Amino acid sequence: MEILAGILLSTILVNNFVLVQFLGLCPFMGVSSKLETAIGMAAATTFVLTLASICSYLVSTYVLEPLGLEYMQTIAFILVIAVVVQFAKMFIESTSPLLYRVLGVFLPLITTNCAVLGVALQNTAKAHNFFESTIYGFGAALGFSLVLILFSAMRERLAVADVPVPFKGAAIGMITAGLMSLAFMGFAGLGT
Amino acid sequence: MRITSPHAHTPGNTGDVMKQIILATIPGLIALTYFFGPGSLINVIMMTAACMGVEAAILKLRRRPLGFYLGDYSAAVTGVLLGLAIPPYCPWWIVAIGAISAIGIAKHLYGGIGYNPFNPAMIAYVILLISFPLEMSQWAEPRTVLTESKELIGPFSALSHIWFGTPLTGALDAWTGATPLDSFKQNNSLLVEQLYASDSLFSTARWAGAGWEWVNIGFLAGGIYLLYKKIFTWHAPIAMLAMLFFCACIGYDNGSSNSLGSPLFHLLSGGTMLGAFFIITDPVSSAVSNRGRLIFGALAGLLIYLIRSFGNYPDAVAFAVLLMNFAAPFIDYYTVPRTYGHKKAKRATIKQES
Repeated sequence: MEILAGILLSTILVNNFVLVQFLGLCPFMGVSSKLETAIGMAAATTFVLTLASICSYLVSTYVLEPLGLEYMQTIAFILVIAVVVQFAKMFIESTSPLLYRVLGVFLPLITTNCAVLGVALQNTAKAHNFFESTIYGFGAALGFSLVLILFSAMRERLAVADVPVPFKGAAIGMITAGLMSLAFMGFAGLGT
Repeated sequence: MRITSPHAHTPGNTGDVMKQIILATIPGLIALTYFFGPGSLINVIMMTAACMGVEAAILKLRRRPLGFYLGDYSAAVTGVLLGLAIPPYCPWWIVAIGAISAIGIAKHLYGGIGYNPFNPAMIAYVILLISFPLEMSQWAEPRTVLTESKELIGPFSALSHIWFGTPLTGALDAWTGATPLDSFKQNNSLLVEQLYASDSLFSTARWAGAGWEWVNIGFLAGGIYLLYKKIFTWHAPIAMLAMLFFCACIGYDNGSSNSLGSPLFHLLSGGTMLGAFFIITDPVSSAVSNRGRLIFGALAGLLIYLIRSFGNYPDAVAFAVLLMNFAAPFIDYYTVPRTYGHKKAKRATIKQES
């Protein structure tokens, strides 16, 4: 139990996937200009990440390892993630057509969110068991959601700031992300 | 007769408010200078000059009126606060890099006064702390723990150390020492009582840690003056101090060797009071509504306690403030106050062209 809580704390704050490990930056920059879209994207990514880390764990333990095909894991995980994303897409399309329209191209792009593949690969590298893998994926998704949502609220404010012209738009977003990543370094050592 | 809302007005402008804030830092600055020598005073003067200089240069680049923006003293306040936060007797280039980070990056890249989402002084402090951990963790020993062979650093040796790197009274560790927060954090074998008796940082102090308790009381006095002057509302500072007090009560466990510090120790150590009254009350980078400020302050207090107790850094005010600055727009989004004449609060989102 303590280990699971430690994993959760570590993935959400200390080793946050976006601000400390710099994974999943494209949706972080791409879908953060409006708070409501960001919340939708956060929910979709949480769904996909948790499911993908479970599926990739199962595939890796029950298919790849017995067959001695560990060297295929990157390709296998990409395939698993693509399937999970497709499933999430169908799920969202039928449950919330509005969110589906709002997320648009970013939904299939979760496939290329490197945080998803990163979680799957780190799970095998760290030899996590089933529960640890699930919590690791879920925690990574919560950490991603946290910073994405906070960042999008901040970007709504930046949109009306008197930013010098060369720094408008994505540039100031990148600088803000960098400063936030500095702030997240304060969590270093927490929970160890 | 008390003058009420529509008739009452505050004479003055941004410049007056900023001057009051600078005035209110004086008790803390006096305490720092008395206990640690002239280092902090030199820091404040150099940093203020550097910040004003960077501000002027960037205003010129941006073709903004110099007199108007320099006259609001906001750059001076940033300089004073950053000068108080960095350790005394740090080399001149720390001051230069700090001023450029604070005014250049944290303030003007976002459009100058009123737009900065992060507190400029704290951004600069964190950039310095992460880039130059050695220089940023050398605090001078307070006056009360100095023995016969060591004496308080004089202004001339301080200046030559800052500008030319001349060693101060022999070896480095002759004048630097652990701060109370450091030595409390590193202790894991002594009971709190034993630590207080054996470490001169605590045995020569009245409540919390030599020198630091008076520095914090100085900033508390300045903060109360600002509250009296209605420069800011009580919500954020009180929420932060109350949360820190509450957490410290839980973690104190009556002073075993695993104790995380008494409530008084946390309130009167490190940057607590400077943070509570001068940093998180920044009107731009904190939450806007009173309810938002309560949440903002309480979460800042919680983060300070968590990072101090379980993180790698002995003091955490700067990190906690930045993390809360990051969360402030989100807090605002969900704490929009009800406007007069409406039954429910209306959500204030910014319409964007897309």
